[in-house]
Amino acid sequence: MADFFTNNWLGIVLLTLGQCLLILVPLLVALAFLLYADRKIWAAVQLRRGPNVVGPFGLMQSFADFLKYIVKEVVIPAGADKAVFLIAPLISFVVSVIAWAVIPFNNTWVLADVNVAILYVLAISSLGVYGIIMGGWASNSKYPFLGSLRSAAQMISYEVSLGLIIIGVIISTGSMNFGDIVRAQDGNWGIFNWYWVVHFPMVFLFFISALAETNRPPFDLPEAESELVAGYQVEYSSTPFLLFMIGEYMAAVLMCTLTSLLFFGGWLSPIPGLPDGVLWLILKILFFFFIFSMVKAITPRYRYDQLMRLGWKVFLPFSLVWVVLVAFLAKFEVLGGAWARWTWGG
Amino acid sequence: MTQMDYGRAAKYWLLQDFFKGMAIGLKYFFKPKTTLNYPHERSPLSPRFRGEHALRRYPNGEERCIACKLCEAVCPANCIVIDAEPREDGSRRTTRYDIDMTKCIYCGFCQEACPVDAIVETPNLEFSTETREELFYDKQKLLDNGDRWEVVIARNLELDAPYR
Repeated sequence: MADFFTNNWLGIVLLTLGQCLLILVPLLVALAFLLYADRKIWAAVQLRRGPNVVGPFGLMQSFADFLKYIVKEVVIPAGADKAVFLIAPLISFVVSVIAWAVIPFNNTWVLADVNVAILYVLAISSLGVYGIIMGGWASNSKYPFLGSLRSAAQMISYEVSLGLIIIGVIISTGSMNFGDIVRAQDGNWGIFNWYWVVHFPMVFLFFISALAETNRPPFDLPEAESELVAGYQVEYSSTPFLLFMIGEYMAAVLMCTLTSLLFFGGWLSPIPGLPDGVLWLILKILFFFFIFSMVKAITPRYRYDQLMRLGWKVFLPFSLVWVVLVAFLAKFEVLGGAWARWTWGG
Repeated sequence: MTQMDYGRAAKYWLLQDFFKGMAIGLKYFFKPKTTLNYPHERSPLSPRFRGEHALRRYPNGEERCIACKLCEAVCPANCIVIDAEPREDGSRRTTRYDIDMTKCIYCGFCQEACPVDAIVETPNLEFSTETREELFYDKQKLLDNGDRWEVVIARNLELDAPYR
């Protein structure tokens, strides 16, 4: 039986498909509840109750919405480029899903254990902008077009500093594999062994860049209601809109996961002695998603020039200097090689 | 070169506004919520609340309206239409009393103008319909409303009387 899954091509395909489903199905179900949580948290800060009618405490709200979306009519504007208009949300959705292939959920629990995992995730999350810009352009309408242009500029700006911050982590680890990065953060001091200590200011930079990268408030300029109605989503309805929305939230959860893996030790336990496990990773992701939602509730939207100034004149120089600093700290093994974990062995 | 404001720079780099906002956000996160679960909970209504219209009757069953057409005259939206004829017993009554609820602005002038308190606005605010035609009220519909809401209308008129 084991032979069938490792040597026969059909067996390998079936095994991979099974693993994909094993990641995808819990992920999509979790996403439904995260969407609900997002709305609930947002409502709570504004002294509202949020969805509380469908199911106990409104827990089934996302599934009701899902049903509503798929039974609605797909409206395609007369002037739109039909093919591109319909491909755009698919790209946005697929791209945000396939990035999960290299995410390890536990030691050895990873679908594709590739060496260039970070590079892959960075490349994939950059591709996400294509879905948005194609959607905006193909709509053949003013607001979607403006929204998608904004989105493209914004995502490109923040990807630069995002990449530079990640380079610091890669230097510290000596590997681009997520598993190796997490294992490099293992040690006797639990939570103080993780990268958030040695890469301290970058944690905030990474988190803020992640907000901008996923078009979450306060950087949700592509869909600024007051100016652009809903940005690139204006002409979308029904399932294509649903795909865009799932893609957006999936990217947000991915960014929460990246923050947990890169700076907060992934599946490692924060207290030495407690067993490591997938539960810790889930708790960390939930914590960061909570902060994502809180930020949405407490911050006003940035103006466009402020957004660009922050990206190019603050984040970029800061992260660039940090990369150089980390390179020196790693090269000369300062503090017993806290920035050069590959020297610690194991 | 302009003077550097170190205090402001420190606040900016230490994300002071962000943490302050987070603290306020969390404070409100745990506060009791102000939402009313509408169909199950309702906010209190004033006795003067102006909702759906109704035509009232006297306790002996006789309709109050004497077809003076003051409401029709005062209506700023021109949504009331009245036709009148003498009845067999010689009294002046309406043969037609229509209110186009889609035109009505709920100003309450009709009930102010009425000399016999016949046309009133009930506190009922849930009379939405699926078609437009259902909102063109005729005399029978208005009298039925009056019968259904008489208790509430009488109480509201009594509560509001000292202020008139």
